[in-house]
Amino acid sequence: MNYHFQWAPVWKALPDLWPGLMMTIELTLLSFALGAVIAFLLAWGKSSANKTAMALCVSWIEIARNTPCLFQIYMAYFGLGAAGINVDSFYAVLGAITFNTAGYLAEVIRGGIEGIDPRQQRAGAALGMDRWQTFSRIILPQLVPLILPGAGNQLIWSLLNTSLGMVVGLQELTGATYTAQSLTFRSFEFFIVTAVAYYALAKIVTLTLHAIARLYSGRGRAQA
Amino acid sequence: MNSVPLFSGLQYSDATYLLAGAGHTLWLALWAIVLGTLLGFLMGWLRSVSRIGNAIIVVLVDVSRSIPLLIQLIVANAALAAFRYPLSPFACSAVVLTVYMASFCSEIYKGGFEAVPTNLQKAARSLGLSYLQAFASVSAPIMLRRTFASWIGIVLGVLKDTSLAAVIGYIELLRTSQIIVTRTQEPLLVLLIVGVFYFLLCYPIARLGAKVEKGLRQ
Repeated sequence: MNYHFQWAPVWKALPDLWPGLMMTIELTLLSFALGAVIAFLLAWGKSSANKTAMALCVSWIEIARNTPCLFQIYMAYFGLGAAGINVDSFYAVLGAITFNTAGYLAEVIRGGIEGIDPRQQRAGAALGMDRWQTFSRIILPQLVPLILPGAGNQLIWSLLNTSLGMVVGLQELTGATYTAQSLTFRSFEFFIVTAVAYYALAKIVTLTLHAIARLYSGRGRAQA
Repeated sequence: MNSVPLFSGLQYSDATYLLAGAGHTLWLALWAIVLGTLLGFLMGWLRSVSRIGNAIIVVLVDVSRSIPLLIQLIVANAALAAFRYPLSPFACSAVVLTVYMASFCSEIYKGGFEAVPTNLQKAARSLGLSYLQAFASVSAPIMLRRTFASWIGIVLGVLKDTSLAAVIGYIELLRTSQIIVTRTQEPLLVLLIVGVFYFLLCYPIARLGAKVEKGLRQ
């Protein structure tokens, strides 16, 4: 137990880690936003009467959920490259995490929709609304508070998954840390600092979600 | 001058090599799941009966859920090396994955124990069962049955997360495929085989979990 911590190299390298942190945040938000849009389409397609659309959506969801995210990143980076589609590591990681997030979120959304009485859809139709109107005016406002906890968890998973970018050489927070520590061999100190950064990011997400949830429940009480 | 081919195609031996990689993945997953579940069970019980125990374990759970597993593996590996107590890549990954699994399990088991009606436990005690007997034959079975579907979810996560052990040098399935790809330069085919393996491993377990969950709801 006579390890001497040397933090000076870490503080000196902090400016190099900053762009990595920004890229991590960018990847997380982009992949989550894109994933959420696709997830709604997948959830809708899974219950579609069109057999092809249904099969496509079901396979997307099952593959995304039943293979490792690291495998999906390898597939997007090396696999697509071999198929003649060369993607930059940023877009490969963005694509893979979007794919993954969409699959998981689709199930969260489906669970939420199951929590809403199906008769409301028929009631909407009876009032002369089309499917989209029923969805956007009746279902969606009730769906948001229902899926908020699951979606929040998924946002944190997206954040944690971006760290896999390191494996394909992407200079996000983990990748940038890896590069920085390889110059000084202070890997222990460097990765502790990065771990703290991820922890702080995850906490920010959690606190923001709590605030949103409180906002929603407050509004619910005001209406009741 | 004879030119030696830089890359050689896929060979039959690659299949056995991949199988060995799959074996390593399963071996690591097995250890992490068994030890993680046992530890998580203890932690979950402690959290449901002791406030102080809960306060301490909650910190561990919070940390292991908020930091990427990749970073946890690297930090653990670096810490062991720094304090001159290096473990093999397998042992280090097994320890990290066990703690990871245990912290997730403690969360569902804590909730599970608290969901067992107090009256049921009192009834068991009034039938003359000791605390341990009531725990083993009433509380624990009810709790385990109720949390089974969530437990399956955690198992699936850990199964897939074994792929991260490659980063600290454990040659599991995904790393094996990368080694073969480096030699053969055929990433698409090799990766597809690996993907199919993971899918065939995880999909039936996921289906089982969904089935059990449905059965419990009815």
